Amino acid sequence: MKNVVVVGNGMVGYKFCEKFMERNLREEYKLIVFGEEMRPAYDRIHLSTYFDGKTADDLVLADSDWYTDNGIDLRCGVMVSSVDQDKKTIITHQGEEFAYDYLILATGSAAFVPPIQGVNKQGVFVYRTIEDLESIESYAARLKKLGRSQAVVLGGGLLGLEAAKALKDLDFEVHVIEMASRLMCRQLDDEGALLLKDQIEELGIEVHLNKMTAEISGENEISKLFFKDGSHLAADILLISAGIRPRDEIAQNCNIETGPRGGIVVNRQMQTSDPSIYAIGEVALYNDMIYGLAAPGYLMAEVALQHITGEAAEMVDQVDMSTKLKLMGVDVASFGDMFGEYQNHRKITYLNRHEGVYKRLNVSSDGTRLLGGMLVGDASEYNMLHQYVANSLPLPENPEVLILPASGDSMEGPSVSDLPDTAVICACENVSKGAIVSEIMERGASSFGEVCNCTKASTGCGGCKPMVKDLVDETLTKMGVVVKNNICEHFPYERHELHDLIKVKGYKDFDEILDGEGHGDGCEICKPALASLFATIYNETANRQEVIQDTNDRFLANIQRNGSYSVVPRVPGGEITPEKLIVIGEVARKYNLYTKITGGQRIDLFGARLEDLPPIWEELIAAGFESGHAYGKSLRTVKSCVGSTWCRYGMDESVSFAIEMENRYKGIRSPHKLKGGVSGCIRECAEARCKDFGVIATESGWNLYVCGNGGANPRHAVLLAEGIDNKTCIQYLDRFLMFYLKTAQPLQRTAAWLEKLEGGIEYLKQVVIDDCLGICQELEDQLQYMVSTYQCEWKQAVETPSIRKRFSHFVNSGEGDEHMEFVKMRDQKMPRPWIK
Amino acid sequence: MYALLEKYQTVQKAHVRKWHKVGRVEDFPVNAGACVKINDQQIAVFHFARKGKWYATQNLCPHKFEMVLSRGMIGDQQGLAKLACPLHKKTFSLESGENLNGDLPPIATFPVKVSEGFVYIGMGH
Ligand code: SRM
Ligand SMILES: Cc1cc2nc3c(=O)[nH]c(=O)nc-3n(C[C@H](O)[C@H](O)[C@H](O)COP(=O)(O)OP(=O)(O)OC[C@H]3O[C@@H](n4cnc5c(N)ncnc54)[C@H](O)[C@@H]3O)c2cc1C
Ligand code: SF4
Ligand code: FES
Repeated sequence: MKNVVVVGNGMVGYKFCEKFMERNLREEYKLIVFGEEMRPAYDRIHLSTYFDGKTADDLVLADSDWYTDNGIDLRCGVMVSSVDQDKKTIITHQGEEFAYDYLILATGSAAFVPPIQGVNKQGVFVYRTIEDLESIESYAARLKKLGRSQAVVLGGGLLGLEAAKALKDLDFEVHVIEMASRLMCRQLDDEGALLLKDQIEELGIEVHLNKMTAEISGENEISKLFFKDGSHLAADILLISAGIRPRDEIAQNCNIETGPRGGIVVNRQMQTSDPSIYAIGEVALYNDMIYGLAAPGYLMAEVALQHITGEAAEMVDQVDMSTKLKLMGVDVASFGDMFGEYQNHRKITYLNRHEGVYKRLNVSSDGTRLLGGMLVGDASEYNMLHQYVANSLPLPENPEVLILPASGDSMEGPSVSDLPDTAVICACENVSKGAIVSEIMERGASSFGEVCNCTKASTGCGGCKPMVKDLVDETLTKMGVVVKNNICEHFPYERHELHDLIKVKGYKDFDEILDGEGHGDGCEICKPALASLFATIYNETANRQEVIQDTNDRFLANIQRNGSYSVVPRVPGGEITPEKLIVIGEVARKYNLYTKITGGQRIDLFGARLEDLPPIWEELIAAGFESGHAYGKSLRTVKSCVGSTWCRYGMDESVSFAIEMENRYKGIRSPHKLKGGVSGCIRECAEARCKDFGVIATESGWNLYVCGNGGANPRHAVLLAEGIDNKTCIQYLDRFLMFYLKTAQPLQRTAAWLEKLEGGIEYLKQVVIDDCLGICQELEDQLQYMVSTYQCEWKQAVETPSIRKRFSHFVNSGEGDEHMEFVKMRDQKMPRPWIK
Repeated sequence: MYALLEKYQTVQKAHVRKWHKVGRVEDFPVNAGACVKINDQQIAVFHFARKGKWYATQNLCPHKFEMVLSRGMIGDQQGLAKLACPLHKKTFSLESGENLNGDLPPIATFPVKVSEGFVYIGMGH
């Protein structure tokens, strides 16, 4: 068993652990890791998201359990202070000594603070660790209270600009001070930097170039900056981002070679001048350079680990320093040899000041290869151009098409399918196209998320996301995978498949089926869809699985513009006694509700407060009313005309039949709402052919029509059967409704469902009338089960204290929502208009 | 109306001055939301049991300025805990408050602590 000791648990030190774990080396090597910070390694790249609400825990790359589970001995909060090269031990700041066979220095770097007079005053910060951000945040909050909001960032590089944006988002007035004559001078040329400056200033951040800071003044806290040119600027908070300094203290204090400007010198195997000691990440000086990006550090971790375990490994000659700035709203990227410093090149540029776009390509002098370049204002081609460089892809004859704005006839750049398998798609994690493709083809990954999980592609800076997505889609399509109409990201199934799964496997609630067949925690799409399926199968009311119901079902009422609710008692067929009309009137008066006759032949009472719903329903139920399910995806009304009872043309008793149907199908929850109609003759006063199901009386019996609707996309219902009696009518309707309930998509009304049904109405007739599938008995039984187990869910609610509790606006107070306001309208009330 | 929005500012755990006791754990629905009143603020509290977490946000939806978010549905988007407003289904990250399907301003979030069966919301005062 050999000891491998890692000093530094930052991004690169962690990557070393991860690679160690993947190789299953714990039998042969013992890995001990020392990290000076108090928490395990975190995602420094996305440090700024801390200001968007990400917590330190969110940023942690792996929690301490991960290290323990993988047999890695992680010691946080321990600094290694020296190395004894002869004894091969390290000594911690607490004086403890540990032996190593291999020592990995992954100590990273620290922010460089220039020796300006006054840098030690309060209000001066750097931007490197979570602790830095915590102190910035609390200092900023204090300033805010005092009404002070002037922030200055020293340094106009990649990091400085990111920090400036973060301060801007904290509502500071921000100035960026840059010593050089342009922003991001390591990535952009004059032209690009000029354009970037415009864009940064458009964000409301002021940029000062060619400015050297002479002194930071203020008593204890800073208040002003003086510059060498004699000018000055008020400053309540100062963020220094003037470059990095490798943390090579350990090497300086022993016999390990360091560079004249810092950094630990390493060879192509990442070994320092002491062959059993390696340096990786931002502390390593390779080819006389420090690489301030994560990807090169990850590569170094790989090389060092391979060398230790005896595999042949070498660091690449030319380290890729391509980057894309992750400022919201400003696109900047540079790739390959961005300035064309290393080879003869010809420059192609595109400049559009008006739109704020600058693009530059450095093309090899023979015009066949792309060497590098930069993009400002529009970096959408970054991934592709980067691929040209990284894989030395042959350029098209007229390479300018790669950066010219797309016009109708312009040539298309290469797509992911043109890339060689070796093309590195995700630079942070070094994932090649081949690796992604084989994850799909050989190991069966079937979605973007799965591919990222397994290959780690797109889990670093995220810049390659669009390309990985394209590649996943393209590969899946090539394999002939039909993209299914899955209900949402949580279930790889369509609605009817879920219906069958519940029936076959007997799932009883949402969590059960989510654990069994889906993943994640559900959403506003799959929850109501499953609620509807559970209702179809077990005929449960919206009260059983309260929290997966759409808001209207959860509160058994329709939410209105201002958060109040409407109350719609069922009035089957539109027939109502004077006594019941009086009760509705009294309840409306007592609770100050707006009343209106609806288009569905009943009365709607609007503007009820949440906490008034149970008492209102209690009174309505006492008078013999039931829920009208006006809030649900369920049967609304069966509209009727007076029919033969009163009408001189009537062929049959339409009111009686409408009441019978409404009472039979009430409470049935379905993919979308259901409406019915019954007309006493072909004059069709009940508009039955505008309904999901409608019957019209004729001399020889009822004509039954299905799959119509009014609404957004009016459809006339189509004839299913002619001249049938009441009993047959109900029989066909039972079968039809149940077949629809089982097979429709979520929120698909009957007309849309029929349109998608292969074979259309003729097929539907065969199923419902001729029983071609042999399922009619089953359909009828299922529907009958629903009819016999019907319960009024409002009755359930008012009689069950635990359900009643749901109807209070506050958990910790009996008050109502003081924010809800009504204004007068005619003789009643309405919600106050929405504020624009 | 912006004054109303201004009233709700995210509180980071580190900056909590006072933990307000708002009820017992069982007063809150599991995997859904409910509203509590703290001083003159309406706070929506979500017991996200599937993630083993509690979240708190302003109850005011920044879309039409109604006090309704606690009645919205919770779930996740690529693992990120989110909330959908009951009125027009605008969705918000429960972690950061960010509007996930539009460009509404983020909603304020507040730390929640559960101790000995009681739920506490962390506020700046
Ligand atoms: C109250 C009422 C208007 C009125 O004052 O008359 C109404 C009000 C609403 N309708 Fe309606 N519709 C009303 C009759 C109709 C009718 C006429 C009818 O039923 O004969 C139609 C056309 C017929 C049809 O549906 O095919 C109708 C087509 C719609 C649609 C469009 C449906 C479609 O397939 O395109 C919606 C939207 C939806 O459901 O997705 C809708 C949705 C709504 C909602 C639920 C919108 C909402 O989510 O807030 C309204 C809720 C009112 C409430 O809080 O109670 N309402 N709605 C009517 C209530 C009838 C009842 O007693 O239940
Ligand atoms: C705000 C910000 C944004 C960035 N954005 C990007 C980006 O978009 N893309 C990109 O590629 N890179 C980016 N970077 C750079 C990237 O984070 C670094 O390149 C990367 O973190 C380097 O990893 P490292 O492990 O070498 O160093 P670090 O992550 O700094 O880790 C070194 C660790 O070692 C510890 N340590 C030091 N000395 C000792 C000791 N003696 N004993 C014990 N522990 C010790 C330190 O405390 C530290 O935790 C960004 C950096 C910052 C700060
Ligand atoms: S027509 Fe539109 S506005 Fe009128 S009630 Fe129906 S849904 Fe509401
Ligand atoms: S009010 Fe919340 S989404 Fe419209």
